[in-house]
Amino acid sequence: MSEILDPEKREKRKGRGFSRRGFMQGIGVTGAVAPALLPEQAQAQTPPGVMGPGPVAITLNINGKPMKATVEPRETLLDTLRNQLDITGAKRVCDRGTCGACSVLVNGKVSYACSILAIDAQGKQITTIEGFAMSGGKPHAVVQAFVNNDAQQCGYCTPGFVVASKAFLDHNPNPTYEQVKDGLGGNLCRCGTYVGVRKAVLEAAKMMKGGSNA
Amino acid sequence: MPNYSWPPMASRKVMGQRLSRTDGIEKASGRAKYNSDLNKPGMLHAVLLTSPYAHAKVKSIDTSAAEKHTGVAAVRVIAPAGTEIQWAGWEVAVVAANTELAARDAVKKIKIEYDMLPHVVVENDLKKVKTRAKPAGEQLEGDPDQAFKEADVTLEGNYGIPTLTHCCLEPHGQVIGWGADGKVEFNPSTQSVTSIRGDLARLLNIPATDIHVHQDHIGGGFGSKFQPDRWGIEAAQLSKAAGGKPVKLFLDRATELMIAGCRPSGFLNVKLGAKKDGTLTAWQSESWASGGIGGGGSPPIPYVFTKVPNRRQNHTAVSLNTAPIRAWRAPNHQQASYLTCAPLEDLAAKLKMDPLELFLKNANLTQREDTYVRQLKKAAELSDWKKLWHPRGDSGKGPIKRGLGIGVNTWGGAGHDSTARTTIHPDGTVEVELGSQDLGTGTRTIIAQVAAETLGLRVPDIRVKIGDTNYPPSGTSGGSTTVGGVTSSTRKATVNALDKLLAEVAGGLGAPADQLEAVDGKIQVKGNAAKSLTWKAACQKLGVKTVSETGSNVPREAAKEGLNTGGVGGVQIADVSVDVETGVVKMNKLVAVQDIGLVVNPKTAESQVFGACIMSICGALMEERIMDELTGRMLNADMEFYKLAGIKDIGEIVVHFEIDELNDKRGVIGLGEPPAIGGIAAISNAVANAIGTRVPTVPMTPMNVLDTLSGRKS
Repeated sequence: MSEILDPEKREKRKGRGFSRRGFMQGIGVTGAVAPALLPEQAQAQTPPGVMGPGPVAITLNINGKPMKATVEPRETLLDTLRNQLDITGAKRVCDRGTCGACSVLVNGKVSYACSILAIDAQGKQITTIEGFAMSGGKPHAVVQAFVNNDAQQCGYCTPGFVVASKAFLDHNPNPTYEQVKDGLGGNLCRCGTYVGVRKAVLEAAKMMKGGSNA
Repeated sequence: MPNYSWPPMASRKVMGQRLSRTDGIEKASGRAKYNSDLNKPGMLHAVLLTSPYAHAKVKSIDTSAAEKHTGVAAVRVIAPAGTEIQWAGWEVAVVAANTELAARDAVKKIKIEYDMLPHVVVENDLKKVKTRAKPAGEQLEGDPDQAFKEADVTLEGNYGIPTLTHCCLEPHGQVIGWGADGKVEFNPSTQSVTSIRGDLARLLNIPATDIHVHQDHIGGGFGSKFQPDRWGIEAAQLSKAAGGKPVKLFLDRATELMIAGCRPSGFLNVKLGAKKDGTLTAWQSESWASGGIGGGGSPPIPYVFTKVPNRRQNHTAVSLNTAPIRAWRAPNHQQASYLTCAPLEDLAAKLKMDPLELFLKNANLTQREDTYVRQLKKAAELSDWKKLWHPRGDSGKGPIKRGLGIGVNTWGGAGHDSTARTTIHPDGTVEVELGSQDLGTGTRTIIAQVAAETLGLRVPDIRVKIGDTNYPPSGTSGGSTTVGGVTSSTRKATVNALDKLLAEVAGGLGAPADQLEAVDGKIQVKGNAAKSLTWKAACQKLGVKTVSETGSNVPREAAKEGLNTGGVGGVQIADVSVDVETGVVKMNKLVAVQDIGLVVNPKTAESQVFGACIMSICGALMEERIMDELTGRMLNADMEFYKLAGIKDIGEIVVHFEIDELNDKRGVIGLGEPPAIGGIAAISNAVANAIGTRVPTVPMTPMNVLDTLSGRKS
């Protein structure tokens, strides 16, 4: 059972500090639990333009295309991508902003899709790995470098790493080895592919400068 | 009888090459579909309700409100009234609904009353577990009492290594449909595509032939994904109850960490006896471990140095109200390596001896003396041991203390039962099919390399098809048995298929089939490239026929055939820096010298060792399942507090293989397990060498290190 579903655990969690995600999901759950704010109060206080609490039709700009979905306000961008739009490169692993397996770009910035509500993603440019990994049948430099350096094993964390690496290189085209280690600190791998990832990011930086895939 | 033996090392063109994995682009581009990625038409989402209590009896359970919840298609009670819950996270009920959110909401409407029962979830103090302890009986070898009397030096110590969870990034689960026609379409996340079908058939009481299993990729297993599990059975039943709609049920992260696999703990009180020169003469130990309610977890100690002449050992299994253990990458070996190498290093410190010398001195107590002596020396060279090692306690100024330490490993790794089918089509296409799976080790790639080598082709010419029960049966991917199994079966199937093809074209080339060979994309008369057909032209001679042959790895025959064997040793040396003001241990370097047989792909083989070393770093410094004595629950069932190493935490990793003719002749040997064994011991020993005292338990978190330094017991 998820911690969010368990009132006792959530009580304990409150003591540990505020959780945006737990709070948001608590708001959406009526009746069964005692959220910090009752839904009625939340509604009474909500300014015009706020959506919900029932399912709402939204349009998201994903990989340059408008895509329609009907979501509950508590639904994450990650679950909308995976469950409704069948865009599954971003993975659900920790589901609370720790591991980076769900990394996507929001307005060019690498973000955890598990920690963004779908309704909050409206009007933003969302780029998933599907949006840049292959173009004209050719892999992006980061993808190719991950393959060349065997920077993946089971591969479940890999799309998140590739997205984070691309965003990192977009902002740091000439990284040092030390910068790569800092820049990719927001992603976790269980198989232990970090040695390959370090080399891959450095190689991709070179390839991108060479114009092979910018 | 065809000759299946591997082509000589020097003449291989595809095997032994550092090739990139064939499914690399698919995975790195996010296009690879894991079964947890599947969205099928009409698919329902299922959510489990699990017990918050570690030990309780279900008094009543009422699912009526959940059944009425909008979107709910089926509800099942797993633990009816009267069920005795034995661990927190025990599956109690399950709901399938048209959306995941609806299923989650419905689960909250299930009302359960429990009668609480007393629980035990912590075992670091054997006296406290009382009736939960089950002594296994004394093992005695030689005369330890006399040996301790005669020993020049004795050492006593206490050590502990905690329970870890597998924490697979793709959680356990499946998409499953059980149609009205009785057919089951099963898409699990599994390490055993072939055997999971039979296991599910038995559990659902239906013929195995009514079940079809398919899996393209698996997001991590590490020994925890062999069985259909309770959630597999329940998802099947939900599907049936919902008229055959496919049901998706993958565990959420907390449940994954609580119940989907863990490694047993290990605790040790030990006394060693030795001569002045470091020769071990006696071992006396009291050890205990828990693997959950059934006890379990008995580390083979003394590890590697098995021939200590005088031994008295008492092991106790402790039953806890925690979820059961599952096989963990080298079951019991990490614990055993740590619980042996740490006291050995402490003994060396007491003798004021270089531990490298002590390990070398006692290499004759191992099963492979020459290997360990060679490896210890090589690892010492690669870690700059002579220059960097110092007697215990870095005497340098400042808070950063540096140290080096050693750990050892051993493993089997011979190939499992496996059958492959190689099909050659008239257009030259080659398919190799096996009911196997690629855990991320590069199984697809090495199968293609073996087939290409055998047929004189290149890797892109081979279509490898795995992960489906329509293909010939292949073994479970556990125990580092896959590479030996699938390479051998692929070799045999492909030799058999090639022989058939050669028989078809022999007439046209004017030579008997046994005088033909497949090299460089041609079929030619041996040694005579002038008398040849291109591969395509040769295959065209098949007309409308295809050649399709199977071949099997039979474990008891494999060594005779020279295709695969088992039995390796390895040595790891860690180089760490410890900040004695903050307690933070930083990895400088981890050297892994690994015994190995025939290497099919050095690139993916190296990745296995890198990963194993990183997993050891996690285990040595970060990972630990923390149970709350009061509530009986796991306190860190998430990835913030169940810590894994990040890209910055691992230092430099140096891998050394002994790839040579002599090792090559041993055939293929599995590599996933052995390098994951010795790292924890090496890192613990390095920390002791740095700070001058033993941190007696892992993980060596900052708190644990500071507690040790200040004389507190953590």
